[in-house]
Order: sequence, then C-alpha cells, then structure tokens
Amino acid sequence: MKRKNNDTGRARNALHAVREFARFLASEMKPKGKIGTPFNVITGTIIVVGIALIAIRFYLGLGAVTNLSQDYPWGILKGFNLFVGVAFAGGAYVLTFVVYIMKLKKYEPIVRVTVLNGFLAYVFYAGALLLELGRPWNVVNPIIGNSFGFSSVLFLIAWHFLLYIICEFIEFSPAVAEWLNWEKARRVVEKMTMVTVIFGITLSTLHQSGLGALFLLAPAKIHPLWYSNYIPVLFFVSSIFAGLSMVIIESTFTHKVFHDKIGNTLRASHDDILLGLAKGCIGALFAYLFLKVIEMVHGGHWDLLATPMGYWYLVEVVGFVVLPIFLFGAAIRRRSVRLVQFTSFFTALGVILNRLNVSVIAFKWYAPVRYYPSWIEIWVTLAVISMELWVFRWVINRMPVFTEHPKAAKEEIIPVAEVVRWKASAS
Amino acid sequence: MSVNRRDFLKLAGVTGCSLLAGAPRRSEAAMASTEFYGMLVDTTKCIGCRSCEEACNEQNGLPKPEVPFSSDSVFEQKRDTSPGAFTVLNRYPNAKNPGSPVFVRRQCLHCCQPACASACLTKAMEKTLEGPVIYHKDRCMGCRYCMIACPHNIPKFEYESAFPYIRKCIFCYDRLKAGGRPACVDACPENASLFGTRRDLLEIARTRIYENPDKYVHHIYGEHEVGGSGTMYLSAVPFEKLGLRTDLGTTPYPEHTSGFLYGVPLVFVLWPSLLIGLNYLAENGNKGKNHEEEE
Ligand code: SF4
Ligand code: SF4
Ligand code: SF4
Repeated sequence: MKRKNNDTGRARNALHAVREFARFLASEMKPKGKIGTPFNVITGTIIVVGIALIAIRFYLGLGAVTNLSQDYPWGILKGFNLFVGVAFAGGAYVLTFVVYIMKLKKYEPIVRVTVLNGFLAYVFYAGALLLELGRPWNVVNPIIGNSFGFSSVLFLIAWHFLLYIICEFIEFSPAVAEWLNWEKARRVVEKMTMVTVIFGITLSTLHQSGLGALFLLAPAKIHPLWYSNYIPVLFFVSSIFAGLSMVIIESTFTHKVFHDKIGNTLRASHDDILLGLAKGCIGALFAYLFLKVIEMVHGGHWDLLATPMGYWYLVEVVGFVVLPIFLFGAAIRRRSVRLVQFTSFFTALGVILNRLNVSVIAFKWYAPVRYYPSWIEIWVTLAVISMELWVFRWVINRMPVFTEHPKAAKEEIIPVAEVVRWKASAS
Repeated sequence: MSVNRRDFLKLAGVTGCSLLAGAPRRSEAAMASTEFYGMLVDTTKCIGCRSCEEACNEQNGLPKPEVPFSSDSVFEQKRDTSPGAFTVLNRYPNAKNPGSPVFVRRQCLHCCQPACASACLTKAMEKTLEGPVIYHKDRCMGCRYCMIACPHNIPKFEYESAFPYIRKCIFCYDRLKAGGRPACVDACPENASLFGTRRDLLEIARTRIYENPDKYVHHIYGEHEVGGSGTMYLSAVPFEKLGLRTDLGTTPYPEHTSGFLYGVPLVFVLWPSLLIGLNYLAENGNKGKNHEEEE
C-alpha cells in the first residue's frame, strides 16, 4: 500500500518535472533581445522567401528553380553548400586535435564555439543537400536499405556525415548539459569526449578527402589543371586552412556581436589565439602549395597555363595560396591581428574559389552552354546560411559556449538567477 | 590521367600508408563470362531510318516526340539522349564519301565496369550478370552522381518532375531475360545493330575489319575504352569525328576511386592509433613540463 503511494508520488513528481522542463524549454525558445533589428529583418525575409522557394522546388521539381541541366547535374547547391560548407566546418576537427590530442591548452577557450559551428554547418549543409536530391525521401537507403553501394565514395561520405554529426553533437553536449544543469549527464558525456574526438578526426580526414575523391570519377570532364590523383589529399589539406581561417573570421564576428558573453580568459588570450591559428594556416597553406607544385610537375600541363583556364588557375594558386602565405607571415611578424583577420577572409575566398572551380567551373569547361546559378539557387543558399546564423545565435545566447571550464562557465556566463530559477522550478 | 597502381602507391606514400596497400582487385570475372551480352553497331550499314529510335520509344513507353520518327529534319542538329529518348541517331559528314553521310546511334554503352554503378551509393545502377546496366528506380535518391561519373554522359535526370528518376537505355533487360533481343536491334532493317555475346561480337567485328581493311577504321570502339563496354561500334570514319570521345583512356572507371577506397580501412586503423600515441606523448610532455616548473 505504502509502496504504491510512493510509486504514484514518484510518477507525479516525474510528470511534474517533465512539465516544468517543457516550460523551461518553451521559455528558452523566446528570442532574447530586440526583434526588429536590421539583421533580423533582412535574414528573416531571406528565410521566409527561401522556404517558399523550397516549397516550389518540391512541387515543380528541380528544373523549375535551378539552372541545373543534363550537362551540369551539380550546381552551387552542392558546390557551395556541400564542398565549401564542409571545408569551412573543418575547424572543428583541427581544433579538437590541437586541444584534446596535442593538449595545447591555449586554444581551449574557442573549442566549444568551433565545435558548435562545425556541428551546425554539417546539420544545415546536409539539410541543404536534401533539397538538392531528386528523391530525398530515399536518402535513408544507403543507411538502412538493402542496397549498400560499397564501391561508391558518396556512400562513404553519407555514412561519415551521419556519424560525424553524432560525434560533434556528443563533443558539444557538455555545454547542453550545463545549460540544462544536468550535472550527471555532463559527466557522462564529458567522459566520452576523447573517444568521439579520435573517431571524429578519423572520420573528418576521410570525408574531407572523400569529397575530393568524388571527382576522381570524372577524369575526362574536369580540366586537367584541376584533375589529379592528389584531389583527395588537396581537399584534406585545404580543409585545414579553410577551417582555421573560418575560425578566425567567426571569432572576429562573435567578438563584436557577443561581447558580453565572452569569458575573461578568452578576452585576454584572444589575440594570441588568432596569431597561433594564423601560424597553423601558414603550415597548411605551405603543404598545399607543395602538393600543387608536385601535381604540376607530375601532370606536366605547363602548356595549359597559357590558356584562359590556365590564367584562372594561376589566379587561384598565386592569388589565394601564395599571397596568403606572405600576408599571414607579415601579420605574424608584426603581430597584427587585423591583418590576420583580413588574410583569413582572403584565404576563405580562395577555398570557395577552389571548390567551385573543381565542382562547377573546371567541370566540363569545354561545354558550349555553361552553368551559372539561378537567383533562386543563390537565395536558397543564403536562406540556409541565415537559418544557421539564427540557430547559432540562439545557442550562444543560452549555453556556455565561450568558456574553457565548466566551473568557470557557471560563475561567468549563466546568469545566476537563471540557474536558480530552473533549479527551483525543477524541485 | 588515370590512377594506375603506381600512382596510387605514390599517393598512399604521401598519406603514409604505402606499406599495407593491397593491390586493387578487378572484377574481371564479370568480363570473362560467356553470358555477357552486348550490341555491335556497324555505322557503315546504318541508313538513318530511325527505326531503332521508334522501337525504343514504344518498348519503353516513352512520350511521342514532336517531330515524327519518319522525318529527317531532326538531323539538322546534333541531339543528345534525354529522359524521353534513350537512343538518338545523329548524322555526321563522311569525308571519304561525301554522298553518304554517317549515322551514329547514341545510347548507354553498358560498360564492362560501369562508372555509373560504381558511383551509385544505393546500388540503383546495377551491372547485371548478363551484361546490361539496369536501373532500380525505387532505390535511387536522385543525387545524380552517376551523371557526373558516366564518361559518355548517358544517365539523364527528370528535372521537370517532382518525383524524378534517372532515365537511360537498360538494354531491354526484360526482353533479354525472356530470351529475346533488344527492341532496337529487332527493328533494324539493315542489321546495323547486332545482338550477341560480347565475345562473338568482337569476333564478328574483327573479321569485318580483317576482310575489308580499306573500308573500316582499324579500331573497335568499346573494345578497350574505359575498360570495355557491351555496346561497340565499327566505323569507316575516325571515331572522334562521330561524337565519340577517344580520349577516355582504357582504365576502367571504378579503378579511379578504388585506390582511395582501399585507403579507408587503413586510415580507420592507423589514425586512431596515431592519435592515441600523439596524445600520450603530449600528455607526458606536459607532465614533464609541469614537473620542471614545480622544481
Ligand atoms: S555508358 Fe554511362 S550509363 Fe552506360 S554503363 Fe557506362 S557509365 Fe553507365
Ligand atoms: S542519381 Fe540515383 S542512380 Fe544515380 S547515383 Fe544517385 S542514387 Fe544512384
Ligand atoms: S536496348 Fe532497348 S532501351 Fe536500349 S536503346 Fe535499344 S530499345 Fe532502347
């Protein structure tokens, strides 16, 4: 009898807790800060119209909204969202490597935000990829279906994306647990960090290079200056400096926008961190340039350099690989954070250029009718980026992202009142 | 431009896994099979009647074209296959004999080691034991990687549909399994398209070249191109003048990515152990530093 009472009591408590939790979540869903800011209005419009365009795409088919054709089956929805987006998300695996494997404590303050960025990039760009598939409901086939295309690089990438998103979520989840004040859960996921980091880096190596390996199957369609056996390695190495420059760019913005969220340690070491990241960029850029030279010697396409495509190739390599090396070098010598930030923009631009070159511009460079994106494709791309920014802001405003230590996090970041409120309502 | 084994080893050396790299296995068993059917298109016999186009259209229930099959006007322009036409005939000038232009069919070549099938991540494109490369529409997710991969630009996508499929010639697989021949072969009044096992067709092709050395170009298109294909061509005019790419090489396309794919398990074994090792070193290094600092 007594026991039964206990049980119903427990059940009632549990129910109560769940209801309170839902209320807490609901309150957290509300936007913080002003709503009618220019940023909100602009990105909001982009998102709303973007969703309408996506609806049209599903109603009328891809042909109605894109400039894709039988000659150009992949456009910027793949070229930009997938190849560029994933390269930029590379910062996460590089930084987890540096911090968790190499134990360079200096970079710890920015690990969380970088992992968050990587995670969101994968979620949103993989999401954008679904829009671009002709039959997106069949996307589960390579995961659960009876039809495993083991011989396909794309199969590998699909699996890796799935696993990597899970890895990054686990890596980020201590922040979620802190936000919810779930101490036990935090300890559990924290213990998993090392395993997920190792697994995550391995997966990243493979799918970053895998994205390049996709194009190994199109030797006769990609301009010889861009096609080589090194594409996978080139994609991998460039994802390192792509990721690092993205981290620098992103921290430039977040430092302005989320100034009040940033912990003291990070504020103090921020410049040092950026200069350190710049050094990493130089290293990777050098390796990349080295590979490019070997590729050139190996391929022996010197004569092609004196063609229009060759000039374009030189713009990419000299303008966006060699020049950034010098600029980063100068920035480090002068300890100029500004120049580091500027050069990162430049480097990121170069990565965009390179990915679009391989996937769109050097692809069927001989075709009489070239592909260029429709305004709808560009709009949808912007909408995806806007959505990501919104979610990013939502998380930053609520979870302890910019801190290096959970203890410090609670003292510094979460307003005490909020923690107490949630605790009080839970009990 | 091809990734041969030497190149792969070089590449593997760069990534530091040359030691364990295995030799790529080739699916040559499929090629050696006697039941491997194909088609031989002798362009010197084709009169451009478009019977094959019409038969294919009917066989596959494709939409009727605007210009009727009896019309010659379509030859004014070069046409490509489309979601509504799995085979099209194009007319090319004949330098040797200006009075009789050359007609060339364009359709899936049913490669011996097809790029499309090796690209497909859901096995929607499948190389059958009999030879044809068929398509399982229920598996396809419309990623269009097969279109990127196919060296002959054959798979076509239904861009205008909300429920799109990839469309291409499937060698009338149903008819083949029922013991028949492709509809286009049946319809050809001049026997310009021949059906048979790949082995027999090669023999016929070689014999024709041997018996008429002046008539034919001494090359069977599809014998070796991208590892060989089920559909092969004979011609009196150099093949590059007939819209067929002759710069594709003889490497079967799946081999371009097999090097990378064989590297995957290596990375899965090597990376974690390397990372754990590095982590151990870094941790010990830090400890040492800390000790020094304490002292
Ligand atoms: S020609 Fe293209 S579609 Fe046909 S089997 Fe070969 S790769 Fe596949
Ligand atoms: S579009 Fe369909 S058939 Fe082609 S590779 Fe993708 S899943 Fe396979
Ligand atoms: S084999 Fe069948 S599907 Fe292919 S072109 Fe001939 S009739 Fe059409």
